[in-house]
Amino acid sequence: MLLPFFYMLREGGMKTSITELLTLLEAMKRGLAGQSVDDFYFLARTTLVKDESELDRFDRIFGAYFKGVEDSLADLFQEIPEEWLRRQAELNLTEEERAQIEALGGFEELMRALQERLDEQNERHEGGSKWIGTAGTSPFGAYGFNPEGVRIGQEGSRNRSAVKVWDKREYRNLDDSLELGTRNIKVALRRLRKFAREGAADQLDLDDTIDKTARNAGLLDIRMVPERHNAIKVLLCLDIGGSMDDHVRICEEMFSAARTEFKHLEYFYFHNFIYESLWKDNRRRHSEKTPTLDIAHKYGSDYKLIFVGDATMSPYEIVYAGGSVEHWNEEPGAVWIKRLLNTYPKAVWLNPEPRDRWDYTPSTKLIRELMDERMYPLTIAGLDDAIRELH
Amino acid sequence: MADKKFTGTSSYIATDDLTMAVNAAVTLQRPILIKGEPGTGKTQLAIEVARSLGKPLHEWHIKSTTKAQQGLYEYDAVARLRDSQLGDDRVHDIGNYILRGKIWEAFDSDEQPVLLIDEIDKADIEFPNDLLRELDRMEFYVYETKKLVEAKHRPIIVITSNNEKELPDAFLRRCFFHYIKFPDQDTMADIVDVHFPNLKKDLLAEALNAFYKVRDVRGLKKKPSTSELLDWIKLLLAEDIPPEVLRGDGNRNAIPPLYGALLKNEQDVHLFEQLVFLDRRTNPQ
Repeated sequence: MLLPFFYMLREGGMKTSITELLTLLEAMKRGLAGQSVDDFYFLARTTLVKDESELDRFDRIFGAYFKGVEDSLADLFQEIPEEWLRRQAELNLTEEERAQIEALGGFEELMRALQERLDEQNERHEGGSKWIGTAGTSPFGAYGFNPEGVRIGQEGSRNRSAVKVWDKREYRNLDDSLELGTRNIKVALRRLRKFAREGAADQLDLDDTIDKTARNAGLLDIRMVPERHNAIKVLLCLDIGGSMDDHVRICEEMFSAARTEFKHLEYFYFHNFIYESLWKDNRRRHSEKTPTLDIAHKYGSDYKLIFVGDATMSPYEIVYAGGSVEHWNEEPGAVWIKRLLNTYPKAVWLNPEPRDRWDYTPSTKLIRELMDERMYPLTIAGLDDAIRELH
Repeated sequence: MADKKFTGTSSYIATDDLTMAVNAAVTLQRPILIKGEPGTGKTQLAIEVARSLGKPLHEWHIKSTTKAQQGLYEYDAVARLRDSQLGDDRVHDIGNYILRGKIWEAFDSDEQPVLLIDEIDKADIEFPNDLLRELDRMEFYVYETKKLVEAKHRPIIVITSNNEKELPDAFLRRCFFHYIKFPDQDTMADIVDVHFPNLKKDLLAEALNAFYKVRDVRGLKKKPSTSELLDWIKLLLAEDIPPEVLRGDGNRNAIPPLYGALLKNEQDVHLFEQLVFLDRRTNPQ
């Protein structure tokens, strides 16, 4: 009886399985959802949803199905509360981005215009220069090329100068329709483990015990050794802000996975490219910087160096002094990355952009050359290759 | 099967959806996985379920070093080796050196128990996978004694997670899931009422207002949760602070008193003080 609902859930991108459907049916047979729609809703939710990130999605599909609305699923995902747009923007925009917004009469203006047009426009739209839709030059919509643009409902990313990507709704920060989960990342990172014994001796060393006992004429002589720990050391440098906003989620996952997986993990942030200093705290990025040279001196060459960045920027930012978008850099970024690579022979660059787009961005090509082609996509397969390179 | 239904207790407010999730798990005898912000009463739930259904509770607290096997049993080979050296008679029965774990204890209970597996995400990433069969079939095999241990009564298993690690799909499929949302102001008033029945109405209203205002402060590392609120109210009562002070009458007291109970992080306290200071400068009275 619930088959259409079940398939609608799966179409909507939930990973509901037959086991769970059967559980739900069994629970209904046992009379758990007898009294009301509310009860049924609670029961279905506790049975079919397995992660809080899917709650919102489930709610919308449930609502759509049981109101008998035959909307296409795509429409379900398009609502954007104006309040949310504003709040997220205040949180995420950098100073320079704010300045760019001023070009269109300020953020308020941009948002009001967006709201007006959302009201005016009732149907799907593509191309053109005013309506919100895809592939146009209006400041609103996806795949567009207006520098002051706001992106709406765009999965991939094309023009890198839009103010912010508003792909989905408020629950987006809990939603995780990504192919990579932290679990997968952790499993991949595990390959990088290198065990060494250190710390308190709390495990029985069987071989040594037998050996010593035999030497002791059969009288037991118990030998203990410390437990094995992961002794790998990782230096992680993450690109943050600007074009990386699209990849925040996956980078967070990568970061949290790495953080629990490695005992010796040092991380630093950079914006677009490596220059003379990096920082640890994004809120205090201008006041608390760590000179890149200090990092190279402090952490020995046995550290594995991992860059995470989309490598998408103007080539000037890499090869020219003063090319940085944020400050005046005395020496070009290329010089700095060479210094780091000299210190850390084991290094890779992970790129969240899909591999087939790399060739279209000159800066990506440049960085690949600088890295001796050690650039890998931030997918499970790519991560696997990268880990193999680091070994 | 489920003779009694869980409906919350005199000291625990359960929302309708939570009640449904627990009752579904009890009826179908499957584990229930509880997630939610720290301090929203995940662990407390198992205790209250056991209390309200009148069943014994077995608690298994997971640490980063906990192995799945430890929940079943451990074979103390070193003790046996030592006894054999000393010529102890016990050594002939290997069963003497099998130490029961929490799951075995729960399986062996004479009435249906509640088993709490607390903070499963603290353990190694493979930990949940190692428990699949045990949770599904409620049985396991002791290799040393060649004995199959089966649950006398399938325990009600409550598993809590703080989301530090993602759990494998195969494991999730076997569980009911409930995410404890942060309670809204009405539910929160109920919760406080259960813990402090004689609290004056106006004090409670003001305390809740102040509390949600603090929670709304942007950029807090750790937002205060239910357990912090309860602690704070306890302090307010102990200090006998009048409601007017909480409302911030007389601008000097714009910071809620004893806010140290709400904010546990030095940076948060600092941020909060700065915001209040700014607020006072921009809205002088």
